[in-house]
Amino acid sequence: MKFVYMMLMAGLLVAATPAVVFSDNCLDCHQTFEDENGPSHLITKDVHYQNGLSCVSCHGGDSTMSDMDDVRKSSSFRGVPTYLQVPDFCARCHSNPDYMHDHNPRLPVDQLEKYKTSIHGKRLFEKHDTKVANCVSCHSVHEIGNAKLPYSSTYPLNLPFTCGKCHADSAHMAGYNIPTDQLAGYQVSVHGKALLEKEDLSAPACNDCHGNHGAAPPGINSLAAVCGMCHAIEAELYNASPHRAAFDELDLPMCVVCHSNHKILPPGDFMIGLTDPAVCGNCHSRDDGTKAPATIDSMKATLANLSQARDSARQILDDAETKGMMTTDEEFLMKEVDQSLIQTRTLIHRFDIDTLGPTAVQGIENARKVQTESAGLINQYYFRRKGLAVATLIITLLAIGLYIKIRRMGR
Amino acid sequence: MPEPAKSQNGSLAHKAYHWLDSRLQIRQLVDYMGHKVVPVHGHSIFYYFGGLTLFLFMVQVATGILLLMYYRPGADSAYESVRFIVSEVSFGWLIRSLHSWSANLMIFTVFLHMFTVYFTFAYRKPRELTWLTGMGLLGLAMAFGFSGYLLPWNSLAFFATRVGTGMAGTIPVVGDWLMIIMRNGEEVTGATIGRFFGLHVAILPALFTVVLSVHLLLIQRQGMSEPLEWRDKPPETKKYIKFFPQFLYRDLLVWLIALNVLALLAVIFPDGVGVLHWPLGEKADPFAAPPASIRPEWYFMFMFQALKFLPAHMWFITGELFGVLFFTIGGIIWTLVPFWDRTSLKGRRSKMVIWFGLLALVFMIVMSILGYVLD
Repeated sequence: MKFVYMMLMAGLLVAATPAVVFSDNCLDCHQTFEDENGPSHLITKDVHYQNGLSCVSCHGGDSTMSDMDDVRKSSSFRGVPTYLQVPDFCARCHSNPDYMHDHNPRLPVDQLEKYKTSIHGKRLFEKHDTKVANCVSCHSVHEIGNAKLPYSSTYPLNLPFTCGKCHADSAHMAGYNIPTDQLAGYQVSVHGKALLEKEDLSAPACNDCHGNHGAAPPGINSLAAVCGMCHAIEAELYNASPHRAAFDELDLPMCVVCHSNHKILPPGDFMIGLTDPAVCGNCHSRDDGTKAPATIDSMKATLANLSQARDSARQILDDAETKGMMTTDEEFLMKEVDQSLIQTRTLIHRFDIDTLGPTAVQGIENARKVQTESAGLINQYYFRRKGLAVATLIITLLAIGLYIKIRRMGR
Repeated sequence: MPEPAKSQNGSLAHKAYHWLDSRLQIRQLVDYMGHKVVPVHGHSIFYYFGGLTLFLFMVQVATGILLLMYYRPGADSAYESVRFIVSEVSFGWLIRSLHSWSANLMIFTVFLHMFTVYFTFAYRKPRELTWLTGMGLLGLAMAFGFSGYLLPWNSLAFFATRVGTGMAGTIPVVGDWLMIIMRNGEEVTGATIGRFFGLHVAILPALFTVVLSVHLLLIQRQGMSEPLEWRDKPPETKKYIKFFPQFLYRDLLVWLIALNVLALLAVIFPDGVGVLHWPLGEKADPFAAPPASIRPEWYFMFMFQALKFLPAHMWFITGELFGVLFFTIGGIIWTLVPFWDRTSLKGRRSKMVIWFGLLALVFMIVMSILGYVLD
């Protein structure tokens, strides 16, 4: 009996041992007095915690100690950093190439360096402005998530609102002399709708134009480069256009002059022209003494002709398709018309009728070809129907004749 | 040798008849057909389904030959040639549409013919061979459908054929060998088109013609089956019409109506409608993702759906193999019905035959509907 009792106790001791070894006294203790929004609860969602780090990894101390006074006295204890200390606090690991190589080699280690070049970093370090963003402003404190995870504050769909927490708050931004309508403008913009409504993760969020850790407003000279990261062909055409030199001379912010910045609405042919809602009239007038009005009129007319030809071709092609005709070849040609229209609209950025003219003419020719061929298909459809009516009539008459013959034979 | 018929008047038809008769003595055949009779009763309409199937087969042959003029088998030419047929060749769209519609209607009338023969016990002695050749024709008609489905080499046909031939691979011992024979290799490729094309335009038509000839010969020799109830009926109460010309004229009338329906369907729905749909679509791409819903032709749907319902493993064999064995054994029992149904020989309806037939019919209909509803 004694032996059995000893074996039982030994078994219990062995079973209890891992619990003792792996317990985290920080969490055990803090969770007793913090609510579910407290750090000790939030940290369980944190990417660091999920990858094996714990409270002591950042705050120092010893998680095996049960008395907080003993923890504070321990040599490694770092406690809670001040707002100014946060960037360096995080950079202990994130700027340490050896440490990051062991834990997450895919992450860069230059965040702090970039941050120091940003408006946020400069104001924090140079002016000790604690209203500007530091690491935790964007990444949160204890529930830091990987930017690829939908619940993370830096996930593309959440990022505009993360930035907007400060930049759309007029009280917070008071004194900085910058507008607070960027988020509202972005939300109705073509980019914002693509990202936030269509959930197209390839659409740009704030950081795609402004950078993330090195966040800064793009300067006038870098605007074409920023927009050109995605709109490369437009940027190239713009750089070769007469606008490039003129805008440089007048210190005008390139793409923004016509397309605005945050509230970039879907572009359209309506933007070409000298009267509202066209944007050319913002700088040019009919009698400004330049070649611009003639070029604008010519581009507008060319685009209108191509658009009209394309729409007519689409309409008649849809009609042929609805009638059940085989339209594979015409659809293929129609794609070329659509392509011509896209290319012509892109070539507008060169602001030269000789550049976009041939593409538009080719598109119009193809659209007319689609119209002619689709009309032929529709004629063919009616020819089939008439042929069917004649054939059905003949067969029906034959059947009736045969039926009469059978009836007569039956008598 | 009987005296050739004398022409009664000078019409062109009679002159032609006289010309032929003086050489081939066709009067004997006409006399024979003149003596042949067809029973008249409440279910006489069933007698026309066989003729209707024959008519649709003739449409198949005629339209198939026309398609053959332009169709080019091969991975690089099959799809393009079908596209050329429907878009460039004069009336090519109509020929393809007629071919597709008549193929589907033919399978339908074959099934209709089989079930009417089955439920009227017309397979009983002495017509066992007629039933067996009919079942052979059903199998050949389905093989026609299966082999023809791949020939346009479009995306749906490619993946459906891959699934269909893959099922053959589940048969024990000979499965892999059979699958390779069918595919002309390990995978469905351009070589498979060549094999299916050969089957579709040469081997199957030759076999079909032979079996059909035997089937028709047996029908002509034995005549139409009389209903079971006529066994004890006094001869004077039985009604008949002459095969020639009364029944033949009625058959022709049915054919004309069928031709009209076929023409309407082919012109109004050239790419089919509902579950009978054969748009050319995209060209087959073996490296592309399979379409969202791969499904076979409607007449294979009941088997396809039943196999989908089966678990991965049943006892010591795979679910697929169980399904293949189930349909094989079921098909054999069905085919051999003239040999195990002894009741109808005594002039009585066999309840077992009726229940077995109803079970098979309900199973096929329910599984087919589920196949489309759950898709």
